[in-house]
Amino acid sequence: MGNLFDATMKFAKTTKTAILASLPIITIIAGLTGCSGGKGGAGAEKSIQADVDAQILKIGNGNEPQGLDPHMVTGVIEHRLITSLLEGLVGEDPMDLSPINDGAAESWDISEDLKTYTFHLRPEAKWSNGDPVTSEDFVQSYKRMLTPELASEYAYMLHVVLNAREYNEAKITDFSQVGFEAPDPHTLIVKLNNPTPYFLSLLTHYSWFPVHIPTVAKHGPVFERGSKWTRQGNFVGNGPFNLKEWSPNEVIIVEKSLTYWDADSVRLNEIHYLPIESETTEERNFRAGKLHVTYTLPLTKIPVYKKENPELLRIDDYLATYFYRINVTRPPLNDVRVRQALTMSIDRKSIVDNIMKGGQKPALSLLPPNTAGYTSKHKQEENFEKARELLAEAGFPNGEGFPNIELLYNTLEQHRTIAEAIQQMWKQNLNINVELVNQEWKVYLDTQQNLNYDICRAGWTGDYVDPNTFMDMWYEGGGNNDTGWVSKEYEALVDQAATTADKAARMELFQQAEKVLLEESPIIPIYYYTRFYAINPVVKGWHPTIFNHHPWKHLYMEASKSSSGSAATMSEVEVKSTASAEAE
Amino acid sequence: MLAYIARRILETIPALLIIVTMTFFMCKYAPGGPFDSERATTPEIRKRLEAHYGLNDPVYVQYFRHLGQVIKGDFGPSYKYPSRTVNEIIAESLPNSMELGFYALLTALALGLTTGLLAAMFHNRFLDFAPMAIAMLGICLPTFVLGPLLILFFALNLGWFNVSGWSEASDRVLPALTLGIYYAAYVARLSRAGMLDVLSQDYIRTARAKGVSELRILFKHALRGGSLPVVSFLGPAIAGLITGSFVVETIFQIPGLGRYFVTAAFNRDYTMVMGTVIFYATLIILLNLIVDIVVVWLNPKSRFE
Repeated sequence: MGNLFDATMKFAKTTKTAILASLPIITIIAGLTGCSGGKGGAGAEKSIQADVDAQILKIGNGNEPQGLDPHMVTGVIEHRLITSLLEGLVGEDPMDLSPINDGAAESWDISEDLKTYTFHLRPEAKWSNGDPVTSEDFVQSYKRMLTPELASEYAYMLHVVLNAREYNEAKITDFSQVGFEAPDPHTLIVKLNNPTPYFLSLLTHYSWFPVHIPTVAKHGPVFERGSKWTRQGNFVGNGPFNLKEWSPNEVIIVEKSLTYWDADSVRLNEIHYLPIESETTEERNFRAGKLHVTYTLPLTKIPVYKKENPELLRIDDYLATYFYRINVTRPPLNDVRVRQALTMSIDRKSIVDNIMKGGQKPALSLLPPNTAGYTSKHKQEENFEKARELLAEAGFPNGEGFPNIELLYNTLEQHRTIAEAIQQMWKQNLNINVELVNQEWKVYLDTQQNLNYDICRAGWTGDYVDPNTFMDMWYEGGGNNDTGWVSKEYEALVDQAATTADKAARMELFQQAEKVLLEESPIIPIYYYTRFYAINPVVKGWHPTIFNHHPWKHLYMEASKSSSGSAATMSEVEVKSTASAEAE
Repeated sequence: MLAYIARRILETIPALLIIVTMTFFMCKYAPGGPFDSERATTPEIRKRLEAHYGLNDPVYVQYFRHLGQVIKGDFGPSYKYPSRTVNEIIAESLPNSMELGFYALLTALALGLTTGLLAAMFHNRFLDFAPMAIAMLGICLPTFVLGPLLILFFALNLGWFNVSGWSEASDRVLPALTLGIYYAAYVARLSRAGMLDVLSQDYIRTARAKGVSELRILFKHALRGGSLPVVSFLGPAIAGLITGSFVVETIFQIPGLGRYFVTAAFNRDYTMVMGTVIFYATLIILLNLIVDIVVVWLNPKSRFE
């Protein structure tokens, strides 16, 4: 016993000494990191000035890209890289992303029935190895994209073309039956299944970009996976920039292409894409002047930037909606009144104001406002009284007898916070109990696809600027429906919109379709996404756009008065933001 | 001794086989697959994709194909990065992790052994308590706290280093410190314990009685035995250090293997998971073997066992 007592006393003494001894260290660390030296700020400004002089843009790009082959990738970060290296038929207006004749085609004609597009390619356009860019390059690239063996995940983007889907699904094997024609080296004819008003906007997606087939062939199979043509040193492109360096997980550097047809108007000499995964690391690089534009910002930093350096913070609207899916095959959620009650009893404004704080707007419809001129006329209501009445009508007065249901989300702090808020709102407004369940990303996708949930969190980003990109996912058996909801009325309306050439009539059909969707409520819209990031004012020509696309050839760097001193004040931001935010 | 080594090497074969098998089936039966995404492609394209990678073959066929790949040491293309193979990814990221691990190990040993020895020499005095308190702090302070603290102070406030990256020589300093301090703390505590244990032995008392100088006792007589716990700890520690740390590599944006090892599982990048797990397992087994041999060499007593 005595020994034990001694040992305990000794331990206590050691611990006490340990704590006492470590106190100064903690104080020193806290003190040192807290006081702003401002030196980092001065260094930051110097390095930014050097980049401005050299016209080198350094941007955060979120993560290591899957690859640089436009036929093999599916992501958003890949888009930012590929659009600098390759060029499609049409360009994007840097202000609003509308298709303009700034790409490989200098003009195009559209047939009377809106189903045939004739593109006139620029005779002066060249690949980076000096070869001319021809219409055959495009046809061969589309053939590659649609080849079943290549199994390109984005091949369905080309399914609007006559027989493209049939070829892609190996129902026909003769590519000449697909609606692409190259009557001469500078003319490309594309025949569509239907008048597709968003066709030109589709062409700005990388799945429609050409690749240099001889280069693909040189480094592997053309019509199968596995070519190494995108590696540093191998890459041949027709875009405003060439691949200079690709160090995985470190940096991708592209340099101005001298063979590009519009090289005279390209002002940047280099773009450095840094695949920084950690938001906090990225933000620190921005503060140190190593990045001019970040990919995103930690949510906790937004209020800090708003207060300290609003000129460095950008919040842009984004063509994406955050919503909940409801599994309509499970009781009691198969009752439309229950679904309506759930969607009516959420206070969305409180969620965006108190949780998100990133300028998001409450969503009462699936489509973000002003999607290619479309703003939903029909909105879901927020009406707690009516919600209770609906629930009572469905047989659950004051929530009595309502079974426990599960709310599923993929494991992420902000999804949890939103789910908790909604759980609370439903408890308060409807007196029903919802259990929260979180799953790792791939497990969550699997659960969702197999309709193994009651209600689950979801998000959807448009592929192109047209209501159709949100509307065509709710077909029966559609790969992205995932709610079990089927409506023949809805499908008929969207089908009809697909073949309607008149713009106003088409929009009206979408309005009716969305009305059906919202009334039936297989989904609960919550908010419209925004993109938030930090940008140094030296970057010019970077306009807010709903896809966060910023056509690289229009960007340049210029020191302006507003930028001076901003880096120095950034270290002040550091003082205010606590180490705890860093540790997240 | 040779027979012992040969036996140990042979023992690794069933161990690896079990690891391969378990990894394969855990991958197979974890929900979700490499081509699941928020944006589902058409069912036809998905079928083609799965056919291309042989994912619709019977599971036993896939298993033996994977086994064949492992034996050949060729893990095939990554599912996530279709233009790169697993072997390439390991080959280009491992040197970075090894370099970081090497510097971190140096930091850990230099700091850890020094403090450990000091503490043992000045047992129960201030020079014992203070370093041990710091070591305790080092163990308690996770790398995701220490890393950002070091960055804030040395990179952002003083501007001595880059915030992150791996292109300049100076980019090694902060990550090596972050990772090294954590291990240094363990080394310090282990070497102190080991030394204290040895210093209380009879032969040390004999040496003292004979008037041998304290420094000579420490370095000539005590260090060899006293460092034994550290050596046993170093096996797994080195394996952990050179295959990379997910946290440190993410904080400092280092193109190392540690990040691939973790993200491969999230991506259900089966070939990448297999490749990194097998590689990691082999390395650990190998390093443990080396450590065991070194321990035998350091401690003559265990030669008879």
